[in-house]
Amino acid sequence: MKIKTLKTRNLQESKKLGGCGECQTSCQSACKTSCGVANQPCEQEKK
Amino acid sequence: MIHTFTVNGISIALDIFSGAVHVANPVSLEAIRLYEQHSRDEVIRKLLSHYESNPEVNLGTLGALMDQLDELVRSGQLYSSGACLNTGVPLPDAKGPIKALCLHVAHVCNLACSYCFAGQGKYQGQAAQMSLGTAREALDFLVTNSGTRRHLEVDFFGGEPLLNWEVVKKAVVYGRALEREHNKVFRFTLTTNGVLLNEEIMEFCNQEMHNVVLSLDGRREVHDHYRVDAKGKGSYEIIVPKFQEFVKRRGDKEYYIRGTYTRRNLDFLQDILHMADLGFTRLSMEPVVTAPDDPEALRAEDLPALFEQYERLAQEMLIRKRQGRGFEFYHYMLDLENGPCIHKRLNGCGSGTEYLAVTPQGELYPCHQFVGDSAYRIGTLKKGIVNHALRDKFAANTLYSRQECRNCWAQLYCAGGCAANAAHATGSISGVYAYGCELFKKRIECALMLQACLQEEGLA
Repeated sequence: MKIKTLKTRNLQESKKLGGCGECQTSCQSACKTSCGVANQPCEQEKK
Repeated sequence: MIHTFTVNGISIALDIFSGAVHVANPVSLEAIRLYEQHSRDEVIRKLLSHYESNPEVNLGTLGALMDQLDELVRSGQLYSSGACLNTGVPLPDAKGPIKALCLHVAHVCNLACSYCFAGQGKYQGQAAQMSLGTAREALDFLVTNSGTRRHLEVDFFGGEPLLNWEVVKKAVVYGRALEREHNKVFRFTLTTNGVLLNEEIMEFCNQEMHNVVLSLDGRREVHDHYRVDAKGKGSYEIIVPKFQEFVKRRGDKEYYIRGTYTRRNLDFLQDILHMADLGFTRLSMEPVVTAPDDPEALRAEDLPALFEQYERLAQEMLIRKRQGRGFEFYHYMLDLENGPCIHKRLNGCGSGTEYLAVTPQGELYPCHQFVGDSAYRIGTLKKGIVNHALRDKFAANTLYSRQECRNCWAQLYCAGGCAANAAHATGSISGVYAYGCELFKKRIECALMLQACLQEEGLA
């Protein structure tokens, strides 16, 4: 009955440590014709 | 805002503004839906009524469930508000650093794929190849304008970049010298149709290219229908062995086999599995980008079939992972713990601001999909950014510039979507390409279902 919460990065908290801009632009990966920022990993060690 | 869904029997509740992902069952999923609008007592009463023949649904179990939901609300992981989401998150700086370039080293191609968004490589212009001088200027431009950004990305694109291989190689060598001088790190990517791949190119790429994107549409009959040379001969037979050799030599280095699907192959899952059966483990498959009246264009009535393909893809990936023969699919690669921050999710793909495309003549465009449309020319390498108004427009083109996105559950996964697709579909970069949204949302649901199962089974 109980739900299971997966481990995820808290987006509200990422305001403080985020914004460095070092992560990859999505079109440098494998799409080139659609945008999906969610699968760009963060380059920072401390998040 | 929450989004609840069930894919392949896995029920998930997504808390949009915290990013929390909750794996539920039918009862708890219904509780989450109800509790957003009803009181605790009302939720319990409704569930007891709905599941009165289920002895596992009783005051005790429901009480514990509601306690759990209350704790999630208290800790900001359920029904969290987006009201202050963008407070403290600056908009992209129109005069800010540039960190990625797409170098069109060749506006010419040795294939004549009819669906090519780039007009068979010439982008509605003249055939041209980038000179080494222009390529070096582009790298200088990138370094000069990169500010404090250390990781810089350069994608060798076209047309077919291998038609200008010597310039690609020498540009990379030049880039490495710039790295040492300016304390930067270049990540080079090469996209290729594979026809001209040889041992020398493979070796160099495996030394220097952070990523390679290899174009293959899937089954031979699908691939060879579109990806033909000027005489109409299919390229599958030539490129597949080369791609297999290339990938084998590449070891653990990043690559993608990237295909395009059209209305001809709505069963594109079969093409993805074909690629996996060829031994490729890092796959990408994109819907065709073309005019809506093109016979190959995907239509609204195709969506149910396409949704089913994406769902079955996730299920098949799970099955193969369990069997020790898993593969990655680009759009399903979600790292829930180490994904992008809220800044990235609000500000989007970076086109026109931190990411620019460079033509063989050294002209600058917001991205590769705008090249050839003079209304979107943003400057030149020699003069720099000239059309500041256009760059300002792209800088302002964040998630919050799109009214339609305000109530969409996928907003922090797509950041408002592809500006080029929006412009081509609606005439405005801040419009919304609705068809793309439908596919995107289904892909994210499937990606979340897959990640939930992989984590649960210790296979992530």
